Amino acid sequence: MQAAERAPITALRADPVLVRISGAFKHFPISGFGGLAVRAVDGVDLEIRRGETLGLVGESGCGKSTLARLVTALLPVTAGSIVFDGQDITRLRGTKLRRVRRKMQIIFQDPFASLDPRMTVGDILQEPLDNFSIGTVRERRKRVQELLRLVGLNPNFTNRYPHEFSGGQRQRIGIARALAVNPSFIVCDEAVSALDVSIAAQIINLLQDLQREFNLTYLFIAHDLAVVRHLSDRIAVMYLGKVVETADRNDIYDRPQHPYTKALLSSIPVPDPAVEKERAPINLKGEIPSPVNPPSGCRFHPRCPIARVPGVCSEVEPPLEPHGAKDQAAACHFAGQF
Amino acid sequence: MALPVAANIEDLSAWEVSEKQIGLWSDALQRFRRNRLAIAGAVLIAILVLIAFGSPLLVHLGILHDPIKQNVDYIESGPGQNGFSIGSDELGRDTLSRLMYGSQVSLAVGILVQAIILPIGLLVGLTAGYFGGRIDNLLMRFTDIWYAFPDLLFVLVVVSVFHPSLLTIFGAISLVNWVGLARLVRGQVLSIKEKEFVEAARSSGSSPAKLILKHLLPNSLGPIIVTLTFGIPNAIFLEAVLSFLGVGIQPPTPTWGQMVFDGYEAIYANPTSVVFPALAIGFTLLAFTFVGDGLRDALDPRMRR
Repeated sequence: MQAAERAPITALRADPVLVRISGAFKHFPISGFGGLAVRAVDGVDLEIRRGETLGLVGESGCGKSTLARLVTALLPVTAGSIVFDGQDITRLRGTKLRRVRRKMQIIFQDPFASLDPRMTVGDILQEPLDNFSIGTVRERRKRVQELLRLVGLNPNFTNRYPHEFSGGQRQRIGIARALAVNPSFIVCDEAVSALDVSIAAQIINLLQDLQREFNLTYLFIAHDLAVVRHLSDRIAVMYLGKVVETADRNDIYDRPQHPYTKALLSSIPVPDPAVEKERAPINLKGEIPSPVNPPSGCRFHPRCPIARVPGVCSEVEPPLEPHGAKDQAAACHFAGQF
Repeated sequence: MALPVAANIEDLSAWEVSEKQIGLWSDALQRFRRNRLAIAGAVLIAILVLIAFGSPLLVHLGILHDPIKQNVDYIESGPGQNGFSIGSDELGRDTLSRLMYGSQVSLAVGILVQAIILPIGLLVGLTAGYFGGRIDNLLMRFTDIWYAFPDLLFVLVVVSVFHPSLLTIFGAISLVNWVGLARLVRGQVLSIKEKEFVEAARSSGSSPAKLILKHLLPNSLGPIIVTLTFGIPNAIFLEAVLSFLGVGIQPPTPTWGQMVFDGYEAIYANPTSVVFPALAIGFTLLAFTFVGDGLRDALDPRMRR
């Protein structure tokens, strides 16, 4: 019934964009320091299209996870709007917000922190079904077992507690929970970063299978560029609370327009000793600046290898504008000139 | 409402649907049963309760001396002398009988006080911790002010303004003890509500009430139970101090605290009238501590062997 209802609505709506983030800000005030705030997300415009996987990359502390929580309405925005499926979710509260939550879910980074240690796996997976009163109690139990099977776990594990599982298994439980209510959009907040490589690969394959099967849209957040390339259709690069470049997966890897993207890509090791020897990674100077007091002008200019023009990079903030390939945009005064 | 079913899944009926889902409580009971010390503590508490209820009957049947009846001919008898199995006190009252009767007040003060402060502490702590901001500030400043009163002075004032009775004493002791619990609960909630599993529950559409009852409360149970069990001997002692100062349970009703304070003047001449009530307080404390420890472990699924 749900699926039948949803299908024509999707068909009617011509908008290929599922999530539209416009001018989103999230500032965390530092109490006791009058007016000072951590500017975790500082003016982000981003679109996530139906059925695609948007990869979001950036260093630790650049605001990726905060953005994930804004998109899923777990945190309120300081300013700006986030439109999900034609509805501005930033102003929603109570029941209306809960109704939207059914369509979007989040998978967390830490599989040890994201499952309630005092609930059995069955209860954890049944919670979203209970919350939205989906099916009868018996149907819900069946659905829980089906979900476990779907993510490759034994369906008879319902009476076990999270601590009885390994990291990879726990992450599968987290994925099963996200799938429970049949969402159309899932945010994977570093969903594989805490797992070791072979387990991460399994989880990534699982995510891809599920995407094909349920026509899911993903916002995939990671700092591992190789993983992102494997999984994403488009990629957005974040630096210090702002998106500095967006492009098609292949365009961004082949022809990065922003020097930060270029530096990030140059840090990926190549699994070929001959090539690896020749590879010259761009070492960025210094550390990511404090998001409390970001640099003037272009935020990247103190660490930028090409910011030579005095009075421009350090004073004028570059807008995110089309550069390079079709569908590619970069926020740099000298995009592509390196 | 039809449930969406994945395409790659075969017949669901092939799986056994476990009829019984094990809940936190039944699971906890199983773990509790396996903890020998906790069981010993529980048994001891059960015996105490039995004694508290049974001693009037024993007196009625003439098996036990009347705890209030003074016998000036036989003051401060040793154990076994003059028909007193563990001796008599400075007024010639049977120590055993007083000890058994005393368990009534001591148990009641210990348990009832916790029963009163639990809802107050939970309500204040959960509200402050969950809603935060201005509500938190208001409630916590209020508890801080409350906390600043010296405990004993507060109880003394309350008990002397209102007539000292069981009710006023229980009430006064509860009023000074809820603050610690409220602060503890608030701290627990503050730390747990930032955990990812709480965010996950919000994202799954859980209401605030459900978040509090199903996630925040069960995860802060451990420290709450420990605080409550340690609060029991604390309340017993506070009642004893009040009895000593003459504003507690009014004589001749026997309480363990009063017996200790009455008897300690003659501790060398007649040690039994001090030692036994002191031992009774000590064992009661131990019993509640074991049970508290057992409950804390039992309520934590990670402790399952």
